[in-house]
Amino acid sequence: MIELQGFAGQLVAGASTTLGLATTSLVFGVAVGLCGAIAKQSDVAMIRAAAILYTTVIRGIPELLIILILYFGGTVALTALAGRYAEINAFTSGVFALSLVFGAYATEVFRAAIRAVPHGQIEAARALGLPSVLIWRFVILPQMWRHALPGLGNLWLTLLKDTALVSVVGLEDLMRKTGIAAGATHDPLTFYCAAAAIYLAFTSASIIGLAQLEHRASRGARFAM
Amino acid sequence: MNLSLIIDVIPRLMDGLVLTIGLTLAAVVIGGTLAIPMALMRTSSSAIVYLPAQIYTFVFRGTPLLVQLFLIYYGASQIGWVRFGFLWPILRDPLWCAVIAFSLNHAAYTAEILRGGIRAIPAGEIEAGKALGMSYTLRLRRLVLPTGIRLALPAYANEVIMMLKASSLASTITIMEVTGNARKIVAQTFSPYEVFISAALIYLAITLLTTQFFRLVEGRISRSDRRPRSGPRITFARGRTGMKLAVQEGGK
Repeated sequence: MIELQGFAGQLVAGASTTLGLATTSLVFGVAVGLCGAIAKQSDVAMIRAAAILYTTVIRGIPELLIILILYFGGTVALTALAGRYAEINAFTSGVFALSLVFGAYATEVFRAAIRAVPHGQIEAARALGLPSVLIWRFVILPQMWRHALPGLGNLWLTLLKDTALVSVVGLEDLMRKTGIAAGATHDPLTFYCAAAAIYLAFTSASIIGLAQLEHRASRGARFAM
Repeated sequence: MNLSLIIDVIPRLMDGLVLTIGLTLAAVVIGGTLAIPMALMRTSSSAIVYLPAQIYTFVFRGTPLLVQLFLIYYGASQIGWVRFGFLWPILRDPLWCAVIAFSLNHAAYTAEILRGGIRAIPAGEIEAGKALGMSYTLRLRRLVLPTGIRLALPAYANEVIMMLKASSLASTITIMEVTGNARKIVAQTFSPYEVFISAALIYLAITLLTTQFFRLVEGRISRSDRRPRSGPRITFARGRTGMKLAVQEGGK
């Protein structure tokens, strides 16, 4: 059973690709989300409008479609740029797509978290004469993480599951390796159950890890109840 | 980029719109129906009652929808009693597989959302029902479900939009909904940008319409929730069930 008819190694390799894709997208997605949230707080109307357009459009389109657009569109763009046929790497386009999606949702999470920082803190920093870059660096960002963490945790769980969609454009992740194994052995039931179990293990581990992170992040915080 | 192609292709993509909307509605109706008993089970204090529902939601929320879809579409045919039973005509059809997978998935998420709504009901409301001698089913019908659903509505609206977007996964099991149609046209024309952007525009339009629809529903449903401007007052609300006495405390 554990041998999975010799495909266990393949599934493990796929699972590590899945994890790699998810963590890479997480890093870029958090960066995009932070930029989005800061853009939404901007004094310049154009920047605010651009951020709103970005989150509305990305959140209104299926993730699968975004992956398809960036993969096939990316290939067309690369071909045009290189002057000959060039294919974009499935991993790269997957990271690109998933970061864009994660960033759009994370923008809202960060925006709410930034608003949760008491306004007096920012006024105090201004009164001390801190430039706005330093206010972000020393006052807002350290204090907002605690509020952003639960929302980011949910987004991470969604991201982990969305990586399965990149298999549609041929990335050799857990989902695709499972599909290959299921096709070769004519035993899809076993293999898709195995894949489900691996995904479930990832999400369970994430939930435990997130609970600990939240516990750590809220040390020193005072609660009314 | 060819702008006229983006517009030309929209009517052809619209052929899939019926399937996209149909799949979503089927999942919302079937999944929503399954979610109500499941949410009630989740709020029970007895482990025998809440554990099965908890395991169900954990498994369905913890695995990708694509895995669930493939498990039903490719995996179900391996089970002997399915293959030779009355379910086979249903499970042989990719459309039904998609409906089943989406409904089960939607039910898990909705149950969790509804549980949140039910837990947010002020305990006093239920206690008041008990004090008035209402039976469990009557409390459920008059207090728990109406208030729980109303409190869960904003989160539920998001979940419906998620389901709408997730219906695009049906294209991976040969169903020709909007994304499936788009992929077919891309394969024929090899202009991925234009065709996929048209599809994206269609999805964007439906999600925006859905958001607006739920905003309207929320506005209507929470009318009675608004607090009077000043002082506690007693109102006699006329409804289908006759006179109801409602004491409202003064808000802001």
